Amino acid sequence: MAILVDTETRLLVQGLTGSEGRFHGLRNRAYGTQVVAGVTPAKGGQEVDGVPVFDTVDAAVRETGANTSMIFVPAPFAADAMYEAIASGIGTVVCITEGVPAHEMLELHAYVHARGVTLIGPNCPGVLSPGKANVGIIPAEIFREGSVGLVSRSGTLTYQIGHELTQLGLGNSTIVGIGGDPIVGSSFVDVLALFEADPQTEQVVIVGEIGGDEEEKAAAFIESEMSKPVVAYIAGFTAPPGKTMGHAGAIISGSSGTAQAKKDALEARGVRVGTTPTETARLVAELVST
Amino acid sequence: MLAHALERVCEAGRLARALDLYEFQGKELFRRFGIPVSDGRLATSPAEARAAAQELGCPVVVKAQVLTGGRGKAGGIKLAETPVEAEGRAHEILGMDIRGHTVHKVWIERASDIAREYYLSITLDRSVKRPLFMFTTEGGVDIEEVAATNPGALVRLHVDPLVGFRPWQGKRLVYDAGVSDPGEQRQIAAIVGSLYDAFVGCEAMLCEINPLIVTTDGEVRALDSKFTVDDNALFRRPELAELRDVGAADPLEALAREKGVTYVKLDGEVGVLGNGAGLTMSTVDVVTFVGGRPANFCDLGGGGDAQGVVDALEVITNDPQVRAIFFNIFGGITRCDEVARGILQALEQMRLQLPIVVRLDGTNADEGRALLEKAGASNVFAEATMLDGARRAVELAEAA
Repeated sequence: MAILVDTETRLLVQGLTGSEGRFHGLRNRAYGTQVVAGVTPAKGGQEVDGVPVFDTVDAAVRETGANTSMIFVPAPFAADAMYEAIASGIGTVVCITEGVPAHEMLELHAYVHARGVTLIGPNCPGVLSPGKANVGIIPAEIFREGSVGLVSRSGTLTYQIGHELTQLGLGNSTIVGIGGDPIVGSSFVDVLALFEADPQTEQVVIVGEIGGDEEEKAAAFIESEMSKPVVAYIAGFTAPPGKTMGHAGAIISGSSGTAQAKKDALEARGVRVGTTPTETARLVAELVST
Repeated sequence: MLAHALERVCEAGRLARALDLYEFQGKELFRRFGIPVSDGRLATSPAEARAAAQELGCPVVVKAQVLTGGRGKAGGIKLAETPVEAEGRAHEILGMDIRGHTVHKVWIERASDIAREYYLSITLDRSVKRPLFMFTTEGGVDIEEVAATNPGALVRLHVDPLVGFRPWQGKRLVYDAGVSDPGEQRQIAAIVGSLYDAFVGCEAMLCEINPLIVTTDGEVRALDSKFTVDDNALFRRPELAELRDVGAADPLEALAREKGVTYVKLDGEVGVLGNGAGLTMSTVDVVTFVGGRPANFCDLGGGGDAQGVVDALEVITNDPQVRAIFFNIFGGITRCDEVARGILQALEQMRLQLPIVVRLDGTNADEGRALLEKAGASNVFAEATMLDGARRAVELAEAA
């Protein structure tokens, strides 16, 4: 099983002809992901190392049966690429591109949720289901297949924690980097719901950081909706709350957004929170062995 | 100061990559979008302040222009009855330190006869992914206090981003907050619409008016402005990008920005360098956890070629408090051999004597470790894990 990407994934890469898109698209294919198409306007008919390139997502979907899109196009065009993918019937969109304007994400988020499709990112490392498929830039060699679901707002911190799990002999069902921007397509809660329903996943680790209230919402969801045990790690403990320009931000959600507030919210719901990545992995190991 | 520096760690941690505007810049944008503001002039010297007061007509208010809150309490806002007094007030305020920010400019504005002070803002509510209006007739004070003690007085209204602003929303805010005067109702409802236009038109993260005043003549005006623009939108808003005051940043942070490195100075002795905001934040945490004091937050970012490493080391070692440096790299897009090359290049170019603890994992980690070992520099210490690396760096900083 695993979530979001697996052996059924038929991946198209928007921006496959760019240097980043080509490098990671082909690396994903080398891992075993079915990379079936690329899309770059005005480059239809070309090939990238045997992968056919189309002018539009619609043509790529019709010709290849692609069901998942990974986006590597530059930030000014990334929102349009996401709209095109969704309008063309793609069910899972993973946007790696960094720097997408927040106001575009406001509209896109509303559009995505009205359509019932899944958007991961933007500004995220992607999704890896070890042994099945890798969609994004996560270095797959440091992860093993297993039962631990991992969802994170950070890229390299995810690798760190995945690596610590591997060192303890643990493996992952799926690793999902949801991205660290203020507005991303999928939240912790969205991904936790998928892990809860996934038979391969037996434990879940969430890796949060300061800012926003997604970890607090996750805490409430874990308590009321999840039967599987969850361990958390939060980055940014040594960053106490500062006074920012204006005061609207702090009073919206009722959460201060600090690491301590997030830890308290999680622990109040029975979720254990590791002090370091190393301790976090150890807490997961304890769950697995009991 | 520490709290302030750490607030910028949050920014580096991607909380808000944003451009904060000065009051006078925000008010100019308000004016352009049809929100009434008082007449004013910018002054950078006491003489200019006097001339501005002369031109505007007294009494005037002399207001420090700094990118932080709490100006009034710090003595950065003063009334002047005559141009000579305005000159004196400007003399007092210019050069003042307000929460770590030096005042280089003052805004001289016609004083207003204030009958009532309200609060109006629109911000991005990341929790529900929609713009959120907040309005209360209890303005002019700390709005967090109002939210805590009298939450019912703070009216909140979200906007559906796919529908945009509709005039009923302005009316709803005004009626729900209990504004009863028809003239005020009409003016505020119009300002609400204009504020939405400014928010969207400038791709702002926050537009806040506190206070939104009603004058004794019944006129509604924005007396202050907090305006924050999304950095990610600046590529298509060059007129807003130009408003950035590069000189307002800490000199080390300005150097870092120039070099394309995300750097925030902290107050300790262990220089911290990582790749990716989350891992770097976590490294700062772990250094603290093992008993050390981080000197900075420094994120190499996604790429991190050898030159990027040299640049980052240059920024970090500009801080005389640094006693040891901890490199914590988990290669993904970043290649560990490039990082190792950068370290060796910096050692050679900068003749670095400080102890450097290096932990490399991920993409090309073996190659990177081999390069460092082969070079055999006496002040470079390899550690296998993040935790051990942090411990070693803290020990070396204490011994230095």
